Amino acid sequence: MKKTTSRRQFLAQAGATAAGGLLATQSAAAAGENLPPNVPEWTRNQGRGFLSPPYGQPSPFEKNVVRVLPAAVNPFPTATRTPLQSLKGTITPNGLFFERHHAGVPMIDPREHRLMVHGLVDRPLSFTMEELMRLPSANHIHFIECSGNAAAEWARPAGKTAQEVHGLLSNAEWTGVMLSVLLREAGVQPSAKWLLAEGADAASMTRSVPIEKAMEDAMVVYAQNGEMLRPEQGYPIRLLLPGYEGNMNIKWLRRLKLGTEPWHTREETSAYTDVMPDGKARQFTFLMDAKSLILSPSGGAKMGKQGFHEIYGVAWSGRGRISAVEVSTDAGATWKRARLQEPVLSRALTAFRLDWNWDGKPAILQSRAIDESGYVQPSLAQLLAARGKDSFYHYNGIQSWNIDARGEVTNVHA
Amino acid sequence: MSTLDLTKMAALVLMLAGCATGAGAPEASQEKMRYGLGTPLTDRELAGWNIDVAIDGKGLPPGRGSVAEGKVVYAAKCAACHGAKGEGKPANRLVGGAVKPPAPVVKTVGSFWPHATTLYDYVYRAMPWDKPQSLSANEVYAVSAYVLHLNGIVPEGAVLDAKTLPQVRMPNRDGFTAPDPRPDTH
Repeated sequence: MKKTTSRRQFLAQAGATAAGGLLATQSAAAAGENLPPNVPEWTRNQGRGFLSPPYGQPSPFEKNVVRVLPAAVNPFPTATRTPLQSLKGTITPNGLFFERHHAGVPMIDPREHRLMVHGLVDRPLSFTMEELMRLPSANHIHFIECSGNAAAEWARPAGKTAQEVHGLLSNAEWTGVMLSVLLREAGVQPSAKWLLAEGADAASMTRSVPIEKAMEDAMVVYAQNGEMLRPEQGYPIRLLLPGYEGNMNIKWLRRLKLGTEPWHTREETSAYTDVMPDGKARQFTFLMDAKSLILSPSGGAKMGKQGFHEIYGVAWSGRGRISAVEVSTDAGATWKRARLQEPVLSRALTAFRLDWNWDGKPAILQSRAIDESGYVQPSLAQLLAARGKDSFYHYNGIQSWNIDARGEVTNVHA
Repeated sequence: MSTLDLTKMAALVLMLAGCATGAGAPEASQEKMRYGLGTPLTDRELAGWNIDVAIDGKGLPPGRGSVAEGKVVYAAKCAACHGAKGEGKPANRLVGGAVKPPAPVVKTVGSFWPHATTLYDYVYRAMPWDKPQSLSANEVYAVSAYVLHLNGIVPEGAVLDAKTLPQVRMPNRDGFTAPDPRPDTH
């Protein structure tokens, strides 16, 4: 115990020294000479020209707001994570949208990309990008979350920051063709109950999708936040299944095949199934259930002075709209209802806020989401009671952030 | 007049009908419309991409492969990532393991995969890692037979083809449940 404490202190001191060194270097360069009453350097000189660079970039002072790979070394790189704690709104900028690939990022020439629709249809069709984009389009805001997001939390508090723990989550405005419109072109036969969606990447990633979902709100999207999809998000097209686990939103979509039964692909048998305590695995567990996350303050932050702090976070549910978010500052003993930021959209990130006066003492912050179906975000204990420790996917337990006497915020299980 | 022209005309008629319902319900009119877009898909185009295999064996191509032939394919194209005997590292373990308590959960082809047809489908579409969709049908049947044999599921003399592969009964065939029982936490 004593050893652990002293090691922690050493690490904290080492971190403080490194941070202090960096600040010292910066302040030597700036020396506060741009602070009032002085007229700043950037007011006394002309700024840089336009179109430099032609695709705009964030300020160099924001260079640490980037995606990161998971800490564990993996010879087959799998995912990068969104810096959730640094984002100020509910829309994830395209350069920060999380990534999960099963065989890397293909560079597809849209002129040589095709989308095939076949199987149990009246008219098997092939679409060029031009033909696809001529169909009536729609814009919808939806989140995508990897079903393995926060999976390490089943066992222990595993990551430090919201990015490390929950960063396989992003939200965007998508533009594309409703899948129901596209399928009508081909004429789905009444016996078709499932469709196989297949990507054009080196994994030829495949998942089976129930026809009801295809007809309800699924889209074939070609744009994200106003611009064409990024290569790592499926350029030139991806399937969007609002509220369903991330991997089913097949990127680089090349083929839709209608059939009577699911295909039982590798990704819906050996992967993305949830093993229960009796050894049986739940299959076709598509929905991402309601979850919420306090982003400010959150893991890795250090509280400023005691007094007013706004608690800010996001909530989302694969079942529909968020109807309420409750926040606790005393490890779940008491709960207060947070304010929801409009618009509150179905299957999209919803921001919440709560005024809080921090007394400067240790505290444990938690939030829990409730959605329009009445679903209440569970605790880790409730999840373990229902599913045991081996299910891995679909972790949506209440997140606890511990604030210690020094104001340092860490990921804990409480 | 070609079929395509007729389709376009039909779409136009529907479009006009949609307009006639009034400006109040544009979405409703869209619900029923066809636009005549897309090009008829030819069998020739489909041939290279239509690679899925169903659990009843539908989609399996002609060809055959034995355990002995698969051992050669495996050593050349799979062992570097999956280990000499399927023990894994750096890629997934393929052999042994268990998912039934009290043993710790170790998912492999032998312990977890419910359908042998999925092995053919996945190996052809996504393997080997450095050159997916490069194996011949004979090679995929053979290496599937070898991996199944390493798991004790088929005998050393087994030869697999479109008829025999779907007949292989996997140990965890009944290990999956559906539909999704959630919500399950309150």
